[in-house]
Amino acid sequence: MKHKTFFWFILPTATAMLLFIALPIMSVVTQSLFTPHEQVFKVVENCGPFGCTESTSIDAEATEALRAEAPLGRFAGLGIYLDRGHLAVTEVGDAWRNRDSIGDFLGSLANLPFYRAMGFTLTYTFTVTPLLIALGFVIAISVNSLHRHLKGLVIFFSLLPMIVTPLIGSLILFWMIDSRGVIGTGLQWLFSDPDLSLKASTGLTWVMLIVYGVWHAAPFAFVVFYAGLQTLPKDTLESAMIDGATRWQQTKYVVIPHLMPLVTFVALIQLMDNFRVFEPIVGFNAEAHATSLSWIIFNDLGGETRLLSSAATTSVLTIIGVSILLSPVLVRTWRDFSTKG
Amino acid sequence: MSVKAFKQPPALRTLSTAFVVIWLILAAFPFLWTLWGSFKVELDFFSKGDWTDSLTGVRTIAEHGSAFTDNGYEGAWIQEEFWRAVFNTAIVCFFVVTISLTFGTLGGYALSRSSYRYTFWLLITALIFRAMPPITLVSGYLLPFFEWNLWGILPTTIIVLVAINQPFTLWMLHSFFQKIPKELDESAKVDGCSQFQAFRHVIIPIMWPGVITTGLFSFLLAYNDFAVTSMLLSKENQTMVPKIASFLGTTQTEGNVMFAVAAVVSATAPLFVLVMFFQRQIVSGLTQGAVKG
Amino acid sequence: MFLKKVALASSLALIAGNAYAACEISGRVNIVGNEFPAIQAVGAGAQECTGGEVEANLTADHQKINVAGMTGNPAEYTSAIVANSSIVALMNEDVIRPLDDLVAQYGQDLKRNQLITVDGKIMAVAFMANAQHLVYRADVLEQIGAEPPASYEDMLAAAAQIREQGIMEYPLGGAYKAGWNLAQEFNNMYIGMGGEFFTTGTAEASINNEQGIAALEMMKSLSEYMNPDFLTHDSNATSAEWKAGNVALMNMWGSRVGPLRETEGSSQVVVDNTMISAPMTVGGGSTPATTLWWDGWTVAKNISDEDAAATFQALTHAINPALLNDETTPMAVWLIDGYEPTPAATGVFAAANMNAVPYPMLPFQGLLHSALGAELSDFMQGKEDAATALADVEAAYSAAAREKGYLQ
Repeated sequence: MKHKTFFWFILPTATAMLLFIALPIMSVVTQSLFTPHEQVFKVVENCGPFGCTESTSIDAEATEALRAEAPLGRFAGLGIYLDRGHLAVTEVGDAWRNRDSIGDFLGSLANLPFYRAMGFTLTYTFTVTPLLIALGFVIAISVNSLHRHLKGLVIFFSLLPMIVTPLIGSLILFWMIDSRGVIGTGLQWLFSDPDLSLKASTGLTWVMLIVYGVWHAAPFAFVVFYAGLQTLPKDTLESAMIDGATRWQQTKYVVIPHLMPLVTFVALIQLMDNFRVFEPIVGFNAEAHATSLSWIIFNDLGGETRLLSSAATTSVLTIIGVSILLSPVLVRTWRDFSTKG
Repeated sequence: MSVKAFKQPPALRTLSTAFVVIWLILAAFPFLWTLWGSFKVELDFFSKGDWTDSLTGVRTIAEHGSAFTDNGYEGAWIQEEFWRAVFNTAIVCFFVVTISLTFGTLGGYALSRSSYRYTFWLLITALIFRAMPPITLVSGYLLPFFEWNLWGILPTTIIVLVAINQPFTLWMLHSFFQKIPKELDESAKVDGCSQFQAFRHVIIPIMWPGVITTGLFSFLLAYNDFAVTSMLLSKENQTMVPKIASFLGTTQTEGNVMFAVAAVVSATAPLFVLVMFFQRQIVSGLTQGAVKG
Repeated sequence: MFLKKVALASSLALIAGNAYAACEISGRVNIVGNEFPAIQAVGAGAQECTGGEVEANLTADHQKINVAGMTGNPAEYTSAIVANSSIVALMNEDVIRPLDDLVAQYGQDLKRNQLITVDGKIMAVAFMANAQHLVYRADVLEQIGAEPPASYEDMLAAAAQIREQGIMEYPLGGAYKAGWNLAQEFNNMYIGMGGEFFTTGTAEASINNEQGIAALEMMKSLSEYMNPDFLTHDSNATSAEWKAGNVALMNMWGSRVGPLRETEGSSQVVVDNTMISAPMTVGGGSTPATTLWWDGWTVAKNISDEDAAATFQALTHAINPALLNDETTPMAVWLIDGYEPTPAATGVFAAANMNAVPYPMLPFQGLLHSALGAELSDFMQGKEDAATALADVEAAYSAAAREKGYLQ
C-alpha cells in the first residue's frame, strides 16, 4: 500500500490514540521527572466552631511566585523513581548490606510499598494467567463435546463472570464470602473450620483474589478457544486416530498446536490486564493484605494527598513492567511478522 | 469416517458433563443468588446473623408481608431514575461501537495491507499504549476538560472510550483483515479502483463476521466501563455502572444498597439478551479470524 | 381597631416570614461535595433560590474532582463543601477565596462560631459538627454489671467480661479498615495519649515515641475483641455488625448513630438499647481520644464577583434556621440557630465540652494520614512490632513530604 494512502486510512485512529493516549503518556513521563516547588510556610491562627489554634499554613503568594517562575516544578530527574515509595534504591541497599539471611532481606523488601505491591502483582499475574488459560481450554473442550442443543445455553451461562463489570462483580462476591455469608459458611463447612474467614488472613486473601481473577477471566479464554476448536481440521484428527493415537495424544499433538496462536493472543491480553489488577482489591476491601501497582497509583491520586509526581512515576514503572513481561511474546510476534514478510 | 469413531467413551463423557455442570454452577451461582436476593430487604440479603435469611426472607416478610418485594427495583428505577442511566449507556455504547469500528476497520485494513516495517512498530506501540493504567490517564484529563468546559458531557466520554479502546480494536481487526486474501482487493485495484474504493466495494461486504465480533467486545468494554465514566460524567449523565456505584456511596443509607443490587441485576439482563442473540456470531466471527497472537 | 392591629401584625409576620424564606440571586451556582444526607439537605436548600442557575454535584468522588473543577478560569464549581481535612487541599492549590467582604455584605445572620478563619481571613462557613464517641448496648452492660466505660482501659475490661460470660464473642466494634479509617483511629488514640504529630513549626513527623507505641498497643489489644475481619470493616460494615446485634461497644461517628436507632432492619432489642456516651480517654490522659470535625462550604476563587455573591447568598440561605425540620434535624449536629440537639447528638456535644482537639488543618496532615493508613496494617496483623511500624510510617511520610516540597 502506498504511504500516502496508508496515512489517510490510519489517520482517524492514529489521531485518537495520539491525542488521548500518546500525549497524556508524554505528559505523565514529564510529570514524573518534576516535583512541586518547596513550600513556603507561615504560622497562622485558625479559628472555628471549636475555638482558635495556632498552626502552620502555606504562604500562597510566595508559592505562587515560585510556580509562576517555573510552572513545571523542580526538576527531580530520577529522584522520584529512586525514592522510598518506588524503587527505594537506598533502602534496598541498606537491607542487602545488613541482612542476616535471604529471608531477612526479603522481609525488609516486603516492608517497602513498591516491592510489596510488586510481590502481589507478579504472583497474581503469573498464577492467574496460566490457570485461566488452562481452565478456558478445559471448558472449551468439554462444551465442544456437548449435545448441540445444550451448547447455546451453556455458552450463555459461561460468559456470565466476564460480562459483569469487575467492580460490581467483586463487590457481590465480597458480600457472599463473608464468614457469615453463603459462600463463607459453605467453606467453613467444607473445611470443618468454624473460624475460617477469608478476609482475616493474608494468604487466604491472596488465594481469594487469585480465584476471583481466574473465575472472571476464564470465559474470555473459553470463548476464544471454543471458536478455535470449530476450525480444527477433521482430517488431521482422523489421520492421527488412524495412526493409533490415544485421545490424549490427539489433544497434545493436534488440538493444542492448532490453538497455539490463540493461546498467544489470550496470554498477551491477560498478562497485560492482570499486571494492572485493581478493581478486585477495592471490591474486596483487601488493601490490608494485598496491594498492586495500580492500587498505589489510585492511593496517591486520592483527594487529600494528591501525590501527582509519585502517581506518574508508578504509571511509567507499570508501562515498563508490562513491556518487560510481554517481551517474549513480542519477540515471537516479530519472528512471525518477519517470516511472513 | 463415521461419527461414531469420534464419540467419547462413557467414562470420559460423564467426567466431561460433570465438569461442565460444576463450572456452570460456579459461573452462574453468584448471579442467580443476587437475582434472588434483589427481591429481599438489605438485612436479609446481607444478613450478618444467618445466611439462610436471604433464602427465606424473614425480615422481608416482617416488613412487606411477602417474601418478595420490588422495593429495590422501584427505588432504583423510579426514585433514583435509573432509566436515565440506561438511556445514557445506550447512547454511549451505540456511538462508541460505531465510531470505534469505523476508525478500527480503516486502521486495521491499512495495517494488514501494508508490508513495511513500520506496521509492526505501530502495532507494538498501540499495545504499549494499552499498558497505561486507565486511572492515570483519566486523572490527567480532568484539568484540561474542566478548563475547556468539556467535563461531564457524553461526547467527551464517548471519544475518550473510543480512543482508549483503539489498541485492542486495532489488534483484533488487523488479524481479521489478514485472513481476507489480498488478491481480492488487488484485483479490484487492477480493475482501476482506488484503495478506498477497493476497500468499500470488495472488503466491506465480507468483513462482517470479524467486525461483529470486535464490535461485541467494544460494546462490552463501553458497557462495563467504570474508570472513565465515573470520573468524567456529571450526575445527570452517568451511565449504569457509576450510577450503581453511587448508590453504594459513603454512607450506604438504608435501602440504597438494595437499589444497587436491583440495578446490578437490571444492568446485566440486557447483556443476556445480547449474548443469546449474538452467540453464533461471536463464535463464527472468531472462527473466521482465528485471531493470531 | 383591634382587628386592624391584628391584620397589620399578621401581614408583617407574613412579610417577615417570606423575607426569611425568599432567596433571589443573579448568577451561577454549582456546588461540589460529598453525598451524605446532611449535605444533600444543604444542596436542596441552595436550590430553593430563584433567579440564578443552581446546580449541585454531590458524589463520594468529590475529592477527586473538586480541585480540578475549581482550577479552570472560570471555574466549573463555584463552591466546594469541605471538612477540616479537605479544605487544606483547596487552600494549598489556592482555589478558594476569602469571604470577609461577602460576610459583611450578606452574612449578617451568620454566627461567629460558624466562621472558619485562617490567618485572619474567613475561608469557610461551617454548618455541622461531628466527632467519634462511645456507643454502647445498655442491656449488655447491665448484664455484666458495668458502667459505660469512661476510658479505653475500662472498655477492654468490659469486653473481657462480656466474652467471659459468653454473651458475645467479639463485643468490640471499630472502623479499623486499612487506609483512611485505620489511620483515623490511630490519630484519635495518639491524641488521647497526648502525642504531637509534628515537631512544632516544621513538617517533620514525630510519632515514633512512647505515646505512639502506647497508642498502637492499645489498638492491638482492642482488636483482639473485634471480629477477625476488622481490617476490612469501614463504618458501614461496623454499623451493620451493630445492627445485627454482634457488637456491644464501639467508637462511632455521631452522624451515624441516628440510623442505628431506627427499627427498620434492626431488632427491637438493639434499637432500644443503643446508647451514647462521651468519647473515652486513654492512658490516664484528660484529652479525649477523639477529634472534632466540622463541615462547611467555601466559595471558589476563579469565578466572577457576581457568581461569588450568588453562591454566598444561596448557601447562606441553605443553612438558615428554616432548614431544620423533623426530617433534617437528626441528620447531623447542626451549627445553626434553633438547633435542638437530639439525643443522638449528645456525644458530639460532650466531645466539645471535654475540649477535644479539632482535626489539625495542617497542609501536610493528609500525607501523614495516608502513610499511617498504608503502613499500620502489618502491625495490626502481628507481622511487625510497634516501633518498626511507626518508623515505616515516618519514612513513608518523609518521602511523600519531600516530594511535595514540605521537607527539604
